[in-house]
Amino acid sequence: MHIVVCIKQVPDSAQIRVHPVTNTIMRQGVPTIINPYDLFALEEALRLRDRLGGTVTVLTMGPPMAEDSLRKALGIGADRGVLLTDRFFAGSDTLATSFALSQAILKIGETWGVPEVVFTGKQTIDGDTAQVGPGIARRLGLQQLTYVSAISEVDLAGKSITVSRRAEGGVQELKTALPALITMLEGSNEVRRGSIGDVLRGARAELVTWNAAAAGITEMGNCGLRGSPTVVKRVFAPKARATKAVPIETRERDAETIAEDIIAQLYATQPALEAELLRTAAGY
Amino acid sequence: MGTAPTPAAPSRAGMKKELPERFKSYKHVWVFIEYEHGEIHPVSLELLGEGRKLANKLGVELAGVLLGGNRAALQEAAVQVWEHDADLVYICADPVLEHYRNEPYTKVMTDLVNTYQPEIFLLGATVLGRDLAGAVATTLLTGLTADCTELAIDDEGSLAATRPTFGGSLLCTIHTLNFRPQMATIRPRVMAMPPSAPGKKGRIIEHAAGLHEIDIITKVLRFIPDRDSNKAQLAYADIVVAGGMGLRSPENLQLVRALASVLGGEWGGSRPLVQKGWMDADRQIGQTGKTIRPKVYIAAGISGAIQHRVGVEGADTIIAINTDRNAPIFDFAHFAVVGNAIEILPALTDAFRKRLSVNRLAG
Amino acid sequence: MATVQERFDAIVVGAGPAGNAAAYTMAKAGLKVLQLERGEYPGSKNVQGAILYADALEKIIPDFREDAPLERHVIEQRIWMMDDSSHTGMHYRSEDFNEEKPNRYTIIRAQFDRWFSSQVREAGGIVLCETTVTELVKDTKGNVIGVLTDRHGGPLLADVVVMAEGVNGLVGQRSGLRDELKPDNVALAVKEMHFLPQEVIESRFNLKGDAGVVIEAMGTITKGMTGTGFLYTNKESVSIGIGCIVSDMSKSGIKPYNLLDSFKSHPSIAPLIAGSEVKEYVAHLIPEGGFRAMPEIYGNGWIVAGDAAHLVNAVHREGSNLAMTSGRLAGETIVWLKRRREPCTSVNLAEYKKRLEDSFVLKDMRKYQKIPALLHGNRQLLDLYPRMMSGIAQTWLRVDGKAKTAKESEIFKSVRKQRGLAGLVADGLRFARAWR
Ligand SMILES: Cc1cc2nc3c(=O)[nH]c(=O)nc-3n(C[C@H](O)[C@H](O)[C@H](O)COP(=O)(O)OP(=O)(O)OC[C@H]3O[C@@H](n4cnc5c(N)ncnc54)[C@H](O)[C@@H]3O)c2cc1C
Ligand SMILES: Cc1cc2nc3c(=O)[nH]c(=O)nc-3n(C[C@H](O)[C@H](O)[C@H](O)COP(=O)(O)OP(=O)(O)OC[C@H]3O[C@@H](n4cnc5c(N)ncnc54)[C@H](O)[C@@H]3O)c2cc1C
Ligand SMILES: Nc1ncnc2c1ncn2[C@@H]1O[C@H](COP(=O)(O)O)[C@@H](O)[C@H]1O
Repeated sequence: MHIVVCIKQVPDSAQIRVHPVTNTIMRQGVPTIINPYDLFALEEALRLRDRLGGTVTVLTMGPPMAEDSLRKALGIGADRGVLLTDRFFAGSDTLATSFALSQAILKIGETWGVPEVVFTGKQTIDGDTAQVGPGIARRLGLQQLTYVSAISEVDLAGKSITVSRRAEGGVQELKTALPALITMLEGSNEVRRGSIGDVLRGARAELVTWNAAAAGITEMGNCGLRGSPTVVKRVFAPKARATKAVPIETRERDAETIAEDIIAQLYATQPALEAELLRTAAGY
Repeated sequence: MGTAPTPAAPSRAGMKKELPERFKSYKHVWVFIEYEHGEIHPVSLELLGEGRKLANKLGVELAGVLLGGNRAALQEAAVQVWEHDADLVYICADPVLEHYRNEPYTKVMTDLVNTYQPEIFLLGATVLGRDLAGAVATTLLTGLTADCTELAIDDEGSLAATRPTFGGSLLCTIHTLNFRPQMATIRPRVMAMPPSAPGKKGRIIEHAAGLHEIDIITKVLRFIPDRDSNKAQLAYADIVVAGGMGLRSPENLQLVRALASVLGGEWGGSRPLVQKGWMDADRQIGQTGKTIRPKVYIAAGISGAIQHRVGVEGADTIIAINTDRNAPIFDFAHFAVVGNAIEILPALTDAFRKRLSVNRLAG
Repeated sequence: MATVQERFDAIVVGAGPAGNAAAYTMAKAGLKVLQLERGEYPGSKNVQGAILYADALEKIIPDFREDAPLERHVIEQRIWMMDDSSHTGMHYRSEDFNEEKPNRYTIIRAQFDRWFSSQVREAGGIVLCETTVTELVKDTKGNVIGVLTDRHGGPLLADVVVMAEGVNGLVGQRSGLRDELKPDNVALAVKEMHFLPQEVIESRFNLKGDAGVVIEAMGTITKGMTGTGFLYTNKESVSIGIGCIVSDMSKSGIKPYNLLDSFKSHPSIAPLIAGSEVKEYVAHLIPEGGFRAMPEIYGNGWIVAGDAAHLVNAVHREGSNLAMTSGRLAGETIVWLKRRREPCTSVNLAEYKKRLEDSFVLKDMRKYQKIPALLHGNRQLLDLYPRMMSGIAQTWLRVDGKAKTAKESEIFKSVRKQRGLAGLVADGLRFARAWR
């Protein structure tokens, strides 16, 4: 079985700061990580491989330094890493990204065998759109299974797969045909730690690096800025609230007095609230 | 691998804003009405309120789009859509559409768009909405802006969709140039619920799906509904009490639960509580959790990081309890209680309990 | 899980300045080097800013200035003696420091360590992160032959293990090669990064371009404990911190972050960081026991460099340069032995110690060997003197209608009252002797 996992290298947004004056991102010292949601996809792929045999190819599109994320994925246990990098991809929105990735997946299929399953994470923490997975599925005509929490059955001979999928208000159990694209729900598995042999292999592996041409992409108009229907017009900081919080005196007061004060102030701002609370309370 | 839909759009017109001739006929604002298990998802009604403003600004019509398995049920649901100020409702009833599945829904939605040509198309950023929006936008090869927090029409009459970026530290405004429809998803509770006008009527346009179950590859084997009792109804609660790392131990989360229960509200918390395993992920409030819009939000021991802030800013009144007077939460709270939540929460619970039960006896 | 069969020429534990210097030196010379770092990436545990001394790095990577992530080169040094409301200071600023190859830079360790590590990789070293060395592996004769890690599939074998694991030296400790750290010999430093726009930093510190300022501070800010505070300007941030000897801290019961808070709110410091956004709070130990606190630094199949070897010059606040130099010398010693086809036995590795003795590293360590004990036993140096100097300055500078002769005698009297002439002379002598 051949499985492709799309992973993205993202800045660790917990550590991003905004320049207070210019509102630009201060990238100083901000480390990059594999998009945390993608690790659940990777782990699920490795489990399928371990169970059914085959190989896992990780694919990322990004600048040359995105190579680090591939090595990391190899260190966790993936078999092969493909880096898709070209300055023509710069400025891609989700539509252009899904185009480039889907073309690379076709090329991966030609080179190492057509994948039965393509995985992506649920969403990225920088783009945060959850659109690239569905985009790839549409472009490749794959069955689209988003927010999958468990894969219960894979029938390679019958080319079918059964999964549990988080839906509105419940869990759907779906059965569909392979090949399929799965976006994995977070928390659905626990990402393994590669053995010392895995990390050594990851550190030394020869990665496959493709530019647009090498990936067989000819329609450059579908890539990068040119292939992106959306444009970012303006970036700005959330505006601060005009009025500061009203302080409720706490110094040298006991908790009971503070509590009474809070309630008094709250009822004063929302005159209808007391009656509503009473109604709710009476409903018990 | 399957057959790839031919990437149309032979040449992207680039950054220049010049709507191609074929899109000039695209008019009107659409809202996808999420209808499942006999109910309309509230987010769709919230979006009708937002869609109304956009339609008025543009001087065009507002339409809801309803897909489902049962024609009569959809017609009934359409009334609610009219009452939330839609001028018309597109209905597509087909047994194939009984349960949401990506393939038939995407097919029908793209047909509808290609046939009736809306200029703006809004969907709720729910599990369903996101699954559908990504597939539809890619099939139509148009732009899609996810998780918007603000929608506006710019001077040239195009949609300016604002959303958080870089982990919520910044906002950005995104335009879809040269393509139609301009698509956007919006999370539940980000927009206020508009009032409804009972009795208001509108038009219905029915559309035939032309689908056959046999052609649909994905089958729903089972649907296991969430057991409601266990589920947090956070997003739609009027009162929410939440705790953060300032509670210092998982046991103290009980203080939050107690207050919420006395107030008849819901409880939740900041993300680290989920990460530490103190509570379930569906109680997380914030950018990667739930967005809430309660009348009262009480935040105990929460610092007020930007990712938390974006999830609670819509609350009418925010009361923050924090030992650190410089905590960022005081920048957006309405009432600042600089003190120890572990002491103040029980006192508040007692005080409310007394008032609410004493008065009940009196009344 | 299959075990790793191959054998490395050297395994380096840690990817701080010492480990990177050692790994780079050996990889560059063609040795098969494996470096193990427990952090998510090199420097991930070291978010703070710091001072880089160019010379030590130049000896390893001569043209590092071309691509190393450097913040500002230092053109001004301020040394402040602080009491509760004032500081008396010495500032030295010179245009000469705006030279073509500046001597000192501020850096941000997270970025710098990462860059240094990328150089190791480019030189052919293998660097594995998120991999913690748990203990050394010894053969039956007690010679170190490799390491075990917290991942499946060990052990990893090598001819020599370079321990550059930093101040805690846990690997060495666990393997019985060294004693536990003594609270008297380590300082606990806490540090924060404060973000400020570049223009603000430049105007507050009177800077242009890439030039920077360093402030070292001592006095009542350490509340009677032995320690110092510091502030470094980076491009778009200021690193600020304070550290005290651990035994003092535990005696006084003062919490490190309270100490930092009060340092930050000192009227001489507060305006420098006003309006900033705090990014990261870190606490870290510094080995400050000096030469006398050094553990064994080599043995059969192992060698120690950097903080793990306790190589820090607390008086001059130098650490990373000693770390890099000791790392380089450790690497060079191993390369030298390899070339001569000699094994890394204790006898042969004595060459490392010899090279350290010949360099500034052990010369400086020896020169200042008495200072830690002196400071520790004579707290007045850090508490009384700043107060006295501030008092003197104030009496002298305040124009209040008193005759200058009266002021002079007031100053003289107050000095005698506070320390006594004999005490003053004794302090002076003690200090001079320790310095020598
Ligand atoms: C991509 C991304 C997405 C994120 N999404 C979310 C999200 O959806 N929701 C979310 O909440 N976070 C989210 N976060 C995390 C967010 O950045 C913060 O780390 C988090 O909100 C902090 O939680 P906290 O306020 O509980 O903890 P802390 O930041 O540790 O704050 C604890 C607070 O409690 C106060 N305190 C301490 N003791 C007491 C006491 N006894 N009484 C009263 N106050 C006390 C302290 O002064 C402090 O202000 C996200 C982060 C990232 C990077
Ligand atoms: C607050 C502060 C400010 C300082 N300022 C300066 C300054 O301005 N200038 C200066 O020259 N010096 C300064 N120093 C001292 C300087 O930081 C150190 O001397 C220097 O970092 C020592 O380098 P090292 O490589 O020996 O150790 P470290 O930098 O501590 O590196 C050790 C590395 O080993 C890793 N490690 C530890 N254990 C294991 C294990 N078991 N397995 C795998 N990896 C492991 C660690 O994660 C770490 O990356 C300062 C120190 C502090 C604390
Ligand atoms: N540049 C990229 N390279 C590889 N995979 C990506 C890239 N961008 C997005 N993805 C995948 O698509 C998923 C959804 O991304 P997003 O739509 O940006 O939220 C991610 O979790 C990744 O698996």
